Amino acid sequence: MKTLIFAEFQNGQVKKGALELLTAAKNAGGETKVLALGPGAAEAMGTLQGWGLQAALCCNDDKLKDYNPELYTAAVASVIEKEKPEVVLASSSMLARDLFPRVAARTGSGCVSDCTELNFSGSELSVRRPLYSGKCTAAVNFTNCETKIVLMRANQLPVEQVSGDAPAVESIELPPVDLKTTVKEVAKGESQKLDLTEANIIVSGGRGMRGAEHFELLENLADKIGATVGASRAVVDAGWVAHSMQVGQTGKTVAPSLYIAAGISGAIQHLAGMSGSKVIVAINKDADAPIFQKSTYGIVGDAFEVLPKLTEELGAMMD
Amino acid sequence: MRIAVCLKQVPDTETKIKINSEATGIDTAGVKWIISPYDEHAIEEALKIKQAQGSGEVIAFTLGPKSRAGDALRTSLAMGCDEAVIIDSPEYLDNYSTAKALAAALQKEGNFDLILTGKLAIDDNASAVSQMVAEFLGAPHSTVVSKMETDTTSTTIEREVEGGTREVVQLTLPAVVGANKGLNMPRYASLPGIMKAKKKQLKEYDLAGLGISDADSKISYSGFELPAEKPPVKMIEGDAATQAKELARLLREEAKVL
Repeated sequence: MKTLIFAEFQNGQVKKGALELLTAAKNAGGETKVLALGPGAAEAMGTLQGWGLQAALCCNDDKLKDYNPELYTAAVASVIEKEKPEVVLASSSMLARDLFPRVAARTGSGCVSDCTELNFSGSELSVRRPLYSGKCTAAVNFTNCETKIVLMRANQLPVEQVSGDAPAVESIELPPVDLKTTVKEVAKGESQKLDLTEANIIVSGGRGMRGAEHFELLENLADKIGATVGASRAVVDAGWVAHSMQVGQTGKTVAPSLYIAAGISGAIQHLAGMSGSKVIVAINKDADAPIFQKSTYGIVGDAFEVLPKLTEELGAMMD
Repeated sequence: MRIAVCLKQVPDTETKIKINSEATGIDTAGVKWIISPYDEHAIEEALKIKQAQGSGEVIAFTLGPKSRAGDALRTSLAMGCDEAVIIDSPEYLDNYSTAKALAAALQKEGNFDLILTGKLAIDDNASAVSQMVAEFLGAPHSTVVSKMETDTTSTTIEREVEGGTREVVQLTLPAVVGANKGLNMPRYASLPGIMKAKKKQLKEYDLAGLGISDADSKISYSGFELPAEKPPVKMIEGDAATQAKELARLLREEAKVL
C-alpha cells in the first residue's frame, strides 16, 4: 500500500492524531510518506525518527502560516497528483475536515471524515465511521477513485514508541494560486487545553450545574486530570457557555477514554454525541436519569458535593 | 444580490435509529424529517442579507427523494425563500455526486453571488458538500462560520477553530459559506408564509439531466450496526466523600483510565 499521511504540528511537535496514523501505517507495512505544510514543517517532521518513512514532503512557505483553504488545497492536491497514493490519512481535525473534501473534489478522490475504525494490512483497508452522531456505525466502501482519503478521529488508535533515523525531507513547491480568500486575522485562543474532539478526558456539565458560575467546579476537576470541559445543549442554549463546548448531535461528537457527566440527564441528542466514550461516569441527583443507562459508573448525588470531593481525591492520586 | 441556500432533509434529532433488515441503511419507516439545524442558520442569513440590502432573491436547493424532500423546501419557502429547486435522488447519494449535482443545478439556475449551506448535515456529520460545491464552482469557501458581513463584492466571515482560536477571513464573491450555530437565530415560518408556500411550484431536476451517473459515486456504506450494548452501570453508594474515593479507585484500578 502506498500511503500519504498529512501531519499537523504545533510548537515543533507532531500532533498525537498523526502519530496514531503513523503507528497504523508502520504496522501495515508498505511505502509511507508524510506531508506537512507551513513554516517549521521540515523541523517538526525531523522529529519523526524511526517510523520507517520513505520521505517527509514539506512546504515551509510563509504563505502557509495560516490556514487558507485555496492554498492548502493547491498544495495537497498537487502532491496527490504527483505521488498517486492509494490512501491518504489525516486526523479528523477542523482543518482537515475543511480541507480534504475540497482536495477530494479536485483530485476525484473518495473522502470520509470522522472515522473511528481503521484496519489496514497489505493491500486491504477497512474503515468504519459513526452515522447519526453515533446512533449507528457503518463500513465505508470506496469506488471509482484512485485515492482514498480517510480522516480518523483522534484517540481511536494506539501510539507506539519508536526510535531510529529521521526521514529524508523533500521540499515541495507551492503551486501558484489566483486567490479569492484572504486571511485577515487569526486571534489565538487563550485556552491551553485540547479541543473537545482531541481530548482524552472530558468533564461535562448540564443544567444540574445551575448556572455558569458553577462551571468552576468542573474547571477545577479538569485541571487536576488534564481534561477539557464540555457542556450539554441546554446550558449552551441558556448562554452559560460557548457553543464550541457543546457535546451532542448539534454540537461535537466525542469519544474520549473518560467522560464525566455532571448534572446532565442524558437527552438522546447528548447521548448520541458521547456514548462512544470508553468509560462514562454520571453524577446526577435523579436516579432515573437516562444518562445512567449509558454509564460505566454512576453516582446518585449532588454534583456540588461530589465534584469538590472528587477533585480532591483525583488531585491527590495524580500527584 | 442572488443568494442560493443548499439544505438537506435529515431525521429529527429525537429519532431512535433502527437498522434495516439487510443492514444496508436505516429503517426510515416512521422517521420525522426536518431541515438539518445548521441549514436553518443558512436560510436565516440569506433572508437577513436580502432584507439588509433591500432587494435580491433567495433560492433554496435540496437534493433528496422528491417523495419527502420537497417538504423541507416548502418550509424554506414558508420562512421567506423566493423560489425552490429540488434534485430528485435515491435515498442515499454520496457527497461527491451530491456536490457535483448541486453545483450543476446552481450553474443552470445561474449567477449566484453567495451560496449558503449549513456547516454539516447532522445525519452523516461529514461536512463535505459545501467545500466540494465550492471547488466544482471554482469559488472560495469557508465553513463553521459564526459571523458574516456581506457587501456587494465580498463577505468577511468569522469562524472559531480548535482551542478557541478565531479566524477572520475575507472571501471574494461569489463564495460558498457554511453556517454554524451562533450566526443568527432562525425565524419560524409565519402562517401566511406557510399558506403562500403551499401554492408555489418547485423546480425539478433529475440526476441524469445534471450529468451525474453511477461513475461519480465514490463512497457507499454497508454493514450498518447499532452500538454494542453497554454492560450495566455500576452504581457507587455512600456519602459524597465515600463515593468520590471509590470512584477514584475504580477509575485507576478497574477502568485504568487515570
